[in-house]
Parts: sequence; C-alpha cells; structure tokens
Amino acid sequence: MSETGVIHDIGYQRYTGPRLGRGAGIGALYVHGLRAAFGLGRSAKAKIFPWLVASVALLVAVIVAAIKSQFSEFTFSYVDLDDQLSWMIIFFVAILAPTLVSRDLRSNTLPLYFSRPLRAADYVAAKFLAMVTAVWLLLGVPQFIMFLGAAFTTKTGFKGVWHEIQDLVPAWGYSLLWALLFTSIGLLIASLTGKQAFAAGGIVAVFLMTTPVVAVLAQLPSTTANHLAGLTSPITLINGVGSWALDGSIGFDIGRYGPIYAIEAFCLIVACLLLLLARYRKVSAL
Amino acid sequence: MNIIATQALTKTYGGGVTALSDLTVQVEAGVIGLVGANGAGKSTFIKIMLGLIAPSSGSVRVFDIDPVTETDKVRARVGYMPENDCLPPDVSAAEFVTHLGRISGLPRTAARERASETLRHVGLYEERYRQIGGYSTGMKQRVKLAQALVHDPDLLLLDEPTNGLDPAGRDAMLALIHRIGAEFGISVVVCSHLLGEVERICDSLIAIQGGRLLRADRISSMTTASDVLAVEVSDGADELAVRLTEMGLAVTRDHRMLLVPMDSDDAYDRILRAVTELELHLHRLDQRRHRVAELFTAKETVDV
Repeated sequence: MSETGVIHDIGYQRYTGPRLGRGAGIGALYVHGLRAAFGLGRSAKAKIFPWLVASVALLVAVIVAAIKSQFSEFTFSYVDLDDQLSWMIIFFVAILAPTLVSRDLRSNTLPLYFSRPLRAADYVAAKFLAMVTAVWLLLGVPQFIMFLGAAFTTKTGFKGVWHEIQDLVPAWGYSLLWALLFTSIGLLIASLTGKQAFAAGGIVAVFLMTTPVVAVLAQLPSTTANHLAGLTSPITLINGVGSWALDGSIGFDIGRYGPIYAIEAFCLIVACLLLLLARYRKVSAL
Repeated sequence: MNIIATQALTKTYGGGVTALSDLTVQVEAGVIGLVGANGAGKSTFIKIMLGLIAPSSGSVRVFDIDPVTETDKVRARVGYMPENDCLPPDVSAAEFVTHLGRISGLPRTAARERASETLRHVGLYEERYRQIGGYSTGMKQRVKLAQALVHDPDLLLLDEPTNGLDPAGRDAMLALIHRIGAEFGISVVVCSHLLGEVERICDSLIAIQGGRLLRADRISSMTTASDVLAVEVSDGADELAVRLTEMGLAVTRDHRMLLVPMDSDDAYDRILRAVTELELHLHRLDQRRHRVAELFTAKETVDV
C-alpha cells in the first residue's frame, strides 16, 4: 500500500517552544487593548465610532493647518486643538473605557486572565496604558499633522521649524495630561459595571454634571472662588494645569493657584488608579 | 510522584464560613475526580491550588511548588476551566483562544498554532472562526476546555466540565477528558457533584464533604473484590434465586435483578446452567462494578 494519500492523525503534541512569562502577557494585553480601541480585530460596527472621532480630529487638524498656512494672523495653537476637541474626547473615552474593561466583567472573562500568571496590577496597568496611548494618539497625531503643515509652509526656514517643535512638544505633554486624567476617571467608572451602556452614561454624566458647578463658582463675587472654580470639573482642571505649566492663557484666569491645579490633577489620577487596583484585587480573588 | 499534596489545609472565609478544614491529601498523576456536593469546598480547593486565594492555615504544594509564594510558576503549568460561562460573545473561538495563549506567554505564531491545534483536539473545526455568541452550550464548554489547554499545561483543573450538557454531550466531554489524561499525558482534576459521572473516567478519587476529606484513594482499590454479576430474567426470578442459593451462590435481590458476587470465573457458567435448566428467558447477564457511591454511603453510615 502506498504511503501517499494517507492522513496521519499526529495526535497531541506537547509544546516545547519558548514560554515568555508574565511580561509578554502584559504586552499582549496592552496591544490587544490598543487594537480594540480602534476596532482592529473586531467587528465592522466596532470600528465606526473610533474612526469617526479620529477622522473628525484629523479633519480639524488638516483644515487648521491649511488656514494657518494662508493667513498668518490666524492663531490656533496645538494646545487649542485639545480644548476644542474636549467633547469628542469625552465621548471617545465614554465608549472606549467600557469596551476595554466592562466587556471582560460582563462576559466573566476575568477568571481566565487571573488563572494565568497575570496579576490584578498587571491587568490594570495594561488596560490603563492601552487607553492612555489610544487617547493620546487621538490628539497627538492631529497635532503632528498641524506641525507638518506649519513646518512645510514656514517662511523663516529652519528657525521656523524649530519654533514649531518648541510649541509641539509641550502640546503633546498637554495631550498626555488629557489622556491620563480622562483614562483614569473613565476606567474607574467603567470597572464598576459590566453593562457598557451604563458605564458610558456614567462617564458622560461625571463630565457633564461638573461643568455647571464651574460656571456657578465662576460667577461668585469672590476672586479666589473664581480662580479655584476650575478645580471642580476635569476639563477645566486640565485647562488650569495647562495654563499654569505652559504659561499660556488657556480657558480662563486661574490667578496664582496653578500649583493647586497641578496637585489636584496628580492626586486625582493616583487616587483613581489606586481605587482601580483595589477593585481588581477584589475581583481577581474571584 | 505526587502532583498535589496538601497538609492540614484549612480555609475560613471572612464571615466565619469554613470552606475547607484540615484537608490532608496526596494525589498521584492521572485523572483525578474531586467529588462533593455543592458547597463542599471543591471550588475553594481549586482556587487555592491556583494561588487565587491563600489558605488560612496548612500548606499546599502543586508539582512540589507552593502556589502561595510562587504563583507564576504554578500557573504556568496549570490550565483552569471555570464552572460558569466565561466567554465573550463577539469574538471567534480561534481568536479568543489565541489571545489567552499569548496572555499565558506563548509567542504570537506559537499561540495561533496551539490555538487551532487545541480547538481541533476538543472537536471544533471550521466552527472555530465563528463568533462564540452563536455557539451551543456544548461548543462553549469545548472552547473553555481549549483555552485551558492552549499553553500545554501539565495539570488541568476542570470545574464541573459537564455542566449544562445533554447526556450525549456529557459522554463526549467525559471521553475527551479521559483522552486528555490517557493520551495527552496531562493530569486532570475533574470537579463534579456527580459521582457516577467521574468514576467512569478517573484513576483516583477525592471525596470531600463539608470541607472535610471523606475518602481519597485509587478507583481500582475502591472497587476490587466487589464485582458482581447482575442477572435479569423475564419471570421466575424467585425460582432462580432459590436454585442459585442451592448451588452455593450468595444471591441478593435488587428489584427485578439478582446480584451474584463474582468470586470465581465459573460463576457465569453456573448461572447460565441454572437458567437453562429452569428454562427461563435470560434478559441480561453482565458484570457490574460496585458503584463507588455505595462505598461512600457505607462509609458515611460508619462515620455517623
């Protein structure tokens, strides 16, 4: 009998290749999260929203770059882009955070993760970094496009390009601040519920409800209260830190309370992360 | 070598609930049945072995590694299949198992290869590219088993693997587990509250009740010298019983069946001869193992 054409059942093969350990697991979860943020490896439906937001951001950047190259008196800085897109970021975060964490809660997938070398802190770190990267890319890439537009149309040669770089890098830092603060708040709220719609609603609510408080405090007859009004809402908090750190006049006047804004932003991010960690410590014990 | 060894293992939860108390057991490689009623402490035992919760006192070693201090080392060698539904509906099985393979530390291509191989071994072929949401319960159980196998562990911990399956699905799942233990060379701990189910496929059995060890032994030593022949005839069972007793066989009556201890090889012949002499219609004559369950009930009554 001929040997060809016979299908051999080779049976079960033990795996003898490399095992990369915990670090690789965290890396895989990070990449998975970042891809999921933009709907990669997911259904077409999941791609619509992130790419809609991303294309709006890109479009704004292209238009701004085009106008700036034509009219030099048009002032729209890199930092302004973040502020103008703030509502887009809120919606992006409101959709993204539940995608990253609520789905795992909803479908009960966490025991599968935590029976592997992964720890609660690893899970939180991977998801947090993935989301920070996604939000930062959403802002940082359009800013880079604005930079390219400005750099190629500058009339002062290399000096002009250098000047633009000096503006771009702090603006990237400012975008990172947006990403850090919004991610930590968004993930914390999303980690509390397995229902994606509730999580999204909760995130938008937190950002929405705090805005009127700022408006009320800003109308009070006390200057100190006016200066500190921004502390009550995440958006104005970031504006405050930005205008202190970048010496610009972003949003409104915060007087000499800049450091307080920075401290609150820092504490808020750390507190959210610690709460998130505590939450997953509990969940990971099943 | 013992794959699992515990020493006076005790776990008391915050509310004063004792889930495990003073459990000392040594387990050899093979297919191990972990049986007990709901709430007997099976899941707690599994979680302690995975290092998910720490024991209140006592010690546990898996592959001679302490899961409390060297959690990663233990988890790298163990695969866990939880009891509940734990699969996201909107990804394909191939993708999901690949993803978990990578979380376990397999390189990208290896994870993909292992995922399709394990899915093939559990019996999912073309379906593996479909979204899990559209799967039947049986297929979902297979995906759960595949994700536990993807990183090629040395020990599988299966929590109620036949949950929610119909009889045919149960048999298929049990056969698969038996194959994993016998052919793949992977030890398996099967958690179940159905003793009759696990005794068919296990080499050894651990029975716990209320967090205490009831009995732990190899199946073979539990059932030796307890084989019986079950005889069923259309009618005239009484005549046959009398005849067999006359022939010196210790007959017991079990509803319509007669149970005859198989003490020698000619027991078959003697029963057949008796049946033909009485001209009865023989419905069945088969060798039956003493159900392990009977051993436990006997043991329990002794305890009480």
